[in-house]
Amino acid sequence: MLQFLAFVKKEFYHVFRDKKTLLMLFGVPVMQIILFGFALTNEIKNSGMLICDQARDVASERIISSFRASKQFEIKVFTDDPGTIESAFRRGNISIALIFPPHFADDLAHQKKGQIRIIADASDPNTATTLTGYASRIIGEYQASLMGLNTLPYQINTEIRMYYNPELNSTVNFVPGVMALILLLICVMMTSVSIVREKETGTMEVLLVSPFNPFLVIISKAIPYLALSLVNLTIILLLSVYVLQMPVNGSLLLLYAVSTLFIITALSLGLLISNSTDSQQAAMLIALMGMMVPTILFTGFMFPLENMPYALQLIANIIPSKWYYIIVKAIMVKGLGISAIWREVMVLAGMTVLLLLINYKKFKIRLA
Amino acid sequence: MSETNGKTVVISATDLTKRFGDFIAVNAITFEVHAGEIFGFLGANGAGKTTAMRMLCGLSRPSAGRATIAGYDVYTQTEKIKKNIGYMSQRFSLYEDLTVSENIRFFGGIYGLSDKLLKEKQQALLETLGMQEMATKLVGSLPLGWKQKLAFSVAIIHEPEIVFLDEPTGGVDPMTRRQFWSMIYDAAARGITVFVTTHYMDEAEYCDRISMMVDGEIKALDSPAMLKKEYGVESMDEVFYLLARGAKRNDG
Amino acid sequence: MNGIILENISKTYEKGTVLAVDKVSFDVRPGELFGLIGPDGAGKTSIFRILVTLLLPDSGTATVCGQDVVKNFKILRSKIGYMPGRFSLYQDLTVEENLRFFATVFKTSIAANYDLIKEIYVQLEPFKDRRAGKLSGGMKQKLALCCALIHRPEVLFLDEPTTGVDVVSRREFWEMLGRLKQEGITILVSTPYMDEATQCERIALIQSGSLMSIDPPGQIIDQFPEPLFAIKGDNMGALLVDLKKSPLLSGCNAFGDYHHITFKGDSASQKAHLLQQLSINHHQDVELKQIQPTIEDCFIRLMEQTKANV
Repeated sequence: MLQFLAFVKKEFYHVFRDKKTLLMLFGVPVMQIILFGFALTNEIKNSGMLICDQARDVASERIISSFRASKQFEIKVFTDDPGTIESAFRRGNISIALIFPPHFADDLAHQKKGQIRIIADASDPNTATTLTGYASRIIGEYQASLMGLNTLPYQINTEIRMYYNPELNSTVNFVPGVMALILLLICVMMTSVSIVREKETGTMEVLLVSPFNPFLVIISKAIPYLALSLVNLTIILLLSVYVLQMPVNGSLLLLYAVSTLFIITALSLGLLISNSTDSQQAAMLIALMGMMVPTILFTGFMFPLENMPYALQLIANIIPSKWYYIIVKAIMVKGLGISAIWREVMVLAGMTVLLLLINYKKFKIRLA
Repeated sequence: MSETNGKTVVISATDLTKRFGDFIAVNAITFEVHAGEIFGFLGANGAGKTTAMRMLCGLSRPSAGRATIAGYDVYTQTEKIKKNIGYMSQRFSLYEDLTVSENIRFFGGIYGLSDKLLKEKQQALLETLGMQEMATKLVGSLPLGWKQKLAFSVAIIHEPEIVFLDEPTGGVDPMTRRQFWSMIYDAAARGITVFVTTHYMDEAEYCDRISMMVDGEIKALDSPAMLKKEYGVESMDEVFYLLARGAKRNDG
Repeated sequence: MNGIILENISKTYEKGTVLAVDKVSFDVRPGELFGLIGPDGAGKTSIFRILVTLLLPDSGTATVCGQDVVKNFKILRSKIGYMPGRFSLYQDLTVEENLRFFATVFKTSIAANYDLIKEIYVQLEPFKDRRAGKLSGGMKQKLALCCALIHRPEVLFLDEPTTGVDVVSRREFWEMLGRLKQEGITILVSTPYMDEATQCERIALIQSGSLMSIDPPGQIIDQFPEPLFAIKGDNMGALLVDLKKSPLLSGCNAFGDYHHITFKGDSASQKAHLLQQLSINHHQDVELKQIQPTIEDCFIRLMEQTKANV
């Protein structure tokens, strides 16, 4: 036992004396959270809008002021000449145009029909669809307010509620994904590099020729990274809650517990990589390319898994971060407890046990 | 190039210095090497040998002092220097995953040899080394001794004025070492100046002149025979021991 | 007893295409200082790794301290001390941290066996808080030796401990080994430096995976078949060329300030003949004397014999 502690102590020394890696270990998660949280969002805000108001009457003014108040649009060009619209689009600073015909309010009042044209820049179809959707909604609200005065024979009231994320805040999607990504990367990469470094420098040889069980050497390497990952997790959660305004709705204890399980899964993966290579470069490459790319693609936070072909969805099932992502969203966003996520936790636990078994069998007690 | 005592000077260093922050790795060394000489550049690990060699090869910019290699200034004409020298070290010589002839063609190309000349040289080289059958073997599969001999031949394939050898015979078996040195003798006889560092003190005896670096300075510079006389000992081993023993940079 | 015995040990690499160790057999007696002398690629490191239980031999058996290296590796791993070829300690730990770590790994403490490493450690002590990576080559080697000795091993394996280290440190290292021998520890050392061979009690000369000779250095030198002469002149390069062409000589090798030669027939009569020939070829200041062969002379002779036999 004393020797095990001596090993763990030594590993902590290595980690803390490698200032550059330490910077990366803590710097990268913080940077990622800030990037994803603020800079890169799927939401659309402040899209450039052109308003061509040929009516200039009460109705058009009401609608225009709704648009002015909305976060999604920023009115950049105001004109009454439809001929300028095409060149405005070509200049590129507007993504959508709203055109009111002359006599708009008159038509509404007397013919009960109003025609507003919306033109969107569809070179990015997703954005165009979203923008026209927003615009239609705002106009629809005005229409509803008009209708409050007249009633239709049949009325269907659709009440829309956005569960768990009423503000449609995209951070809710990203933060659990980033958590999974960071924990996976750190644990896999750092562990594998650390073990392979021992092989490269030759200290592994000396350790093998000692009474110490070599498998414990490996475990002792995992411990500092386990501790560091939990610290990292805490930093990420603090940033999420206080900077990105994303609360933790469920049990914090449960969150840490499943995170610890996930960390162990990732550490076992790192071990597997280190067993298979002899150079630090190879270990890093496999960790980055072999782990990061599938994780980004298949966890489900960048690209919804449901949209993928069935074959790829099956592949996603073997990516541990996919399961962790589901669990974390359940706890953080939906505030659910163990009863809702026990299946996913079982899958993750099963993966971990399998990995540890493979590692135990593959571990070499000799050089060859 | 200048002349001293009727001998052409190919390397000239005056107060050559290299500092890394507060640490003075090479402290104002001054010496000359003459054409066709076999010059031994000795010193313990940490004495500043490698740093000095790097400056002479045009790989590192001196902090102070002057030096010319083959007449070219080490501050302003490093590219010309690199074109006119050959270099071989123990750590790296050739690409292990290319064949013998691929390596020859590659380095010949780098040194600017025309295709025709390269073909001739390659033929001659393989014959001299007796390696004609090994032309298509990967260098990595050759025994160490063959690798080093091949590396040396490739380093001088363009008949440079000077060839720098950094511990070329480390770990090689005694017979191959001797074959290597007779190749060095041949090169020197053809007029190529050889600037060599080594840990084998008997190899120091093969040199025309030796310089010994201790703690960044040149503490001895003369022919082996004269040095032995000066220190009253029988072998270069003893000379080295006497000079190195007082070194401060050996401790820790 | 703490001896080493190898019987027909062979090892191949690359799926059997590279023969690194070819049916090697020798034994090291308890408490002996034994040297394995040979150049790079001779098979020294492979043999070491097999003996310290890091590699499995393809065939043959070996025992250390009476324990089989394959079956009883667990027991052996607490009884032996190992210093591999390159510096293999932790560069970012200090001298003291490295030592304390290895002591703990071997279930002992620095104090327990301090007397064994004391003479070496006092040289390191002024630097005990310095990171191991920042030590000079000679100091690193001393530290590695201390770490290998910290648990008072019965057998010490040192794989090329003096390679890349300066002359002064090399001498000091061998002095330390001599003192350790007095503690009864069996020591197996490998080195490519032939001049270090004379410091061992017995040596095995190894080349291309096979042993060429096993004996005390003195005996190997005695076994040199003919009288050996050293010769020098004013132009050593030209002298070597002429000597190699001479029909009077059976062997000629450059050896630094002298060339070493052996005569074909009776040297007493051939000597004068040779000197005559050389002066005809304008060699001046020729000096010829008989000398005792060095281990390197023997090694070269054995290499030439092996080549001739192939």
